[in-house]
Amino acid sequence: MTSSRLEARLKEAQDKGRTALIPFLPAGFPDKNRFFDELKALDRAGADIIEIGIPFSDPVADGPVVEAASQECLARGASLAWLFQELPKHRSELSAEIVLMGYVNPFMQFGWSDLAEKAAALDLAGMIIPDLPLEESPEIEAILTRHQLDLIPLVGLNTSPERMHLYADRARGFVYFVSILGITGAKNVLSPELKSKLEQARQIFTQPLALGFGLSSPDQVQSVQGSVDAVVFGSALIEHIRQGGSGGSFLRSWRSGEQETGIGQ
Amino acid sequence: MKNGYFGEFGGRFVPEILMPPLLELEEAIRDMLPGRDFQDRFQALLRNFVGRPTPLTRLANLSRELGFELWLKREDLAHTGAHKINNTVGQALLAKQMGKQCLLAETGAGQHGVATATAAALLGLDCLVYMGAKDVHRQQINVRRMELLGARVVPVEASTQTLKDAINQALRHWIKEQDTTHYCIGSVVGPHPFPGLVRDLQAVIGREARAQFQEQTGTLPDQVLACVGGGSNAMGIFHPFVDDQSVGLTGIEAAGRGTPGCYHSATVNQGSPGVLQGTKTYLLQTEDGQILPSHSVAPGLDYPGVGPEHVHLQQSGRVAFVQVNDRQAVEAFQCLCRKEGIIPALESSHALAHALSLKGSLSSETQVLVNLSGRGDKDLDIVSEYCSMEGN
Repeated sequence: MTSSRLEARLKEAQDKGRTALIPFLPAGFPDKNRFFDELKALDRAGADIIEIGIPFSDPVADGPVVEAASQECLARGASLAWLFQELPKHRSELSAEIVLMGYVNPFMQFGWSDLAEKAAALDLAGMIIPDLPLEESPEIEAILTRHQLDLIPLVGLNTSPERMHLYADRARGFVYFVSILGITGAKNVLSPELKSKLEQARQIFTQPLALGFGLSSPDQVQSVQGSVDAVVFGSALIEHIRQGGSGGSFLRSWRSGEQETGIGQ
Repeated sequence: MKNGYFGEFGGRFVPEILMPPLLELEEAIRDMLPGRDFQDRFQALLRNFVGRPTPLTRLANLSRELGFELWLKREDLAHTGAHKINNTVGQALLAKQMGKQCLLAETGAGQHGVATATAAALLGLDCLVYMGAKDVHRQQINVRRMELLGARVVPVEASTQTLKDAINQALRHWIKEQDTTHYCIGSVVGPHPFPGLVRDLQAVIGREARAQFQEQTGTLPDQVLACVGGGSNAMGIFHPFVDDQSVGLTGIEAAGRGTPGCYHSATVNQGSPGVLQGTKTYLLQTEDGQILPSHSVAPGLDYPGVGPEHVHLQQSGRVAFVQVNDRQAVEAFQCLCRKEGIIPALESSHALAHALSLKGSLSSETQVLVNLSGRGDKDLDIVSEYCSMEGN
C-alpha cells in the first residue's frame, strides 16, 4: 500500500510544531465563481487541507448554517458533476491537499467507480462521508483505495475503544474526531471529557487526528494544541464569508492566533 | 445476508455518533422484546388500551355491487384512530425498559405524533415531536391533540417543511440527546433496526386478520391490499401472509394528481435506488441524487422514500405495487362513507380505490382484504377543499 499524502501533509505541520488548518467550504459557496476565488484565498492563506462539501438536500449531520449554504448552492446548480467540470481549470493554482466531504446518495448516484476515477484524475486525496459508518464502508473503501483515495473515518465522544480499534485497523489519511455529540456549527465548549477522550484516541490511532464540528474561534485551537494534529472549521468560515469577510482573512486570524501564543515558531 | 438488510436494501447509513444508540436499541430488541415481562405488558396494553383485536368486517353492500367478497381489517377502530398506536405503545414500553425518559418522534400528518404522545402520556415519558412547519399549519387539530397529551411540538422550518425534514431534525436531536431519549420512528423506514422493529410491532394486524379470516370463512383471503407511504400498515398486514403463496399481496402507492410530471409519492413504482435517512431503498430523486418533494392528497403517504423491505418484496416478486391518484382516492373515500357507513382515512382510501377498480375482473368467490389503516375524521377539511377545487 502506498503511503498517504494526507498523512504526510499533516506530519509536515506536526514537525513544524503547529496544528494544521482544514477549512470546509460547500461547492458553489458563496456563489459559483467566487467559490474558486475563496478556495485560492484559503490556499494562499495557508490551508493545509481543504474540504470541499458536496451539497445534499438532506444533510443529517449538519447544522442550520451548513444546511442553508447547501440549499443555496443546490439552487444555483452546484453539484458533483459541476465541480468535476470546473475544478480542473483551477486545480493547478491550489497547493493544499483536497478532500471531498459529502453524503452517500449524491456520490452513489454519480457512481462510485466514476467518482473515484475522476477524483484521482483531479489529484484529490480522499473523501469524508459522514453517513457511511464502518459496517457499510468496505466495498466503497475498496474502490477508493484502488485509486489512492483515502476514506477518512469520523469518530466521536461516544465511540467505544473497541470501535476505535476497528477504525484504526482501516483508517487512512487522518481520523476526523467530532468534538461534540451534535451537528456541525453547534455551540461548543471544549470539555474535560473531550480532552480525556482525545487522549484515548491518541493511544489507539497511529493516524493523525483532526478535530471538527463546532469550532468557532482561534483560541479553541490553542486549548487542544498537542492533543490533535489538525482542526476543521466550516460553519464559522461560512458565517464569516456571509458577513462580507473573505476566507483568506478568516484563516489568517487563526494563524495569527497561533503566533501570538508562540505556536508555529 | 448483511446485518439489517432485506436483500440489497436496508442497512445503517448513519453518522458514527448515532451508532451507539442504534446498537443499544438492537441489543434491547434482542434481549427484552421476546421476554415474558415485555410481552405480557405489551399484549395487555394492546387488549385493554388500544382495543385489540380490531374487527374484520365484511362489506355486504359493496361486495354485492363489485361482484366479489370485500373485507376490511378495521385499524380505524384502534385507539387514536389508526394503526400507528400499535408501534408507539410497543416502542414506548421498550424505551421505558431501557431506562429512557423521553420519546422523540417525527410526524407528517400528525397521526404518528398523536400516537407517540398518547403512549408517552400513558407510560409517564416526556414527548418531543418534530413536525414540518407546513404540516403544523395544515394539521392544526393534531397539533392541539399532541399538546393536550403533554407533548412538545417543534415546527421545522428547513427545506420543504414536511415529513422528510422533520425526520432529519429528529435524527439531529437524537444525536444530542441519545442518553436519555428513545427515537420512536413512525414507519418501517430509517436505519436498522427500525424497519424490522416497526414491522414486528405492526405484524399484530396481519396475525389477527389471518386468524379472523380463517375463523369466519375457513380459508385465507385471495388478495391483501394496503396503502404504502413509508409502509408500516402494509408491512404489518403483509408480514404474516408472506409465506402463504396463495395470498396475493399488493401495495398501493399515491400517484398524486396522476398527471405527467406531477409530484407524487409512488416511490417503488417511479423511484430509483438510493440512500436517505439511514437506509438504502427506493427514492424520488434527481439524477444528482437530490431528494425531490413528494405529494399526495393523503398527508400520511407524502414521503419521497419507502421502507426497504417493501422494495425487496417487490423485487423478489412477492408483492405487487400499483398506483392510485388523488381523485380515485377521494372517490373511494366518499364511496365507503355512503355505502358502508365508514369514514376512512385518505391514506387507506388509496387501497380501497384499488379494490374498487377490480370490479368485473374477479370471480364472485374471490376474497379481497383491505387494510383500513385509519379513520378519516382528520381528512374532512382536505376532502371538502379538494372537492371545491375540482368543482364536484
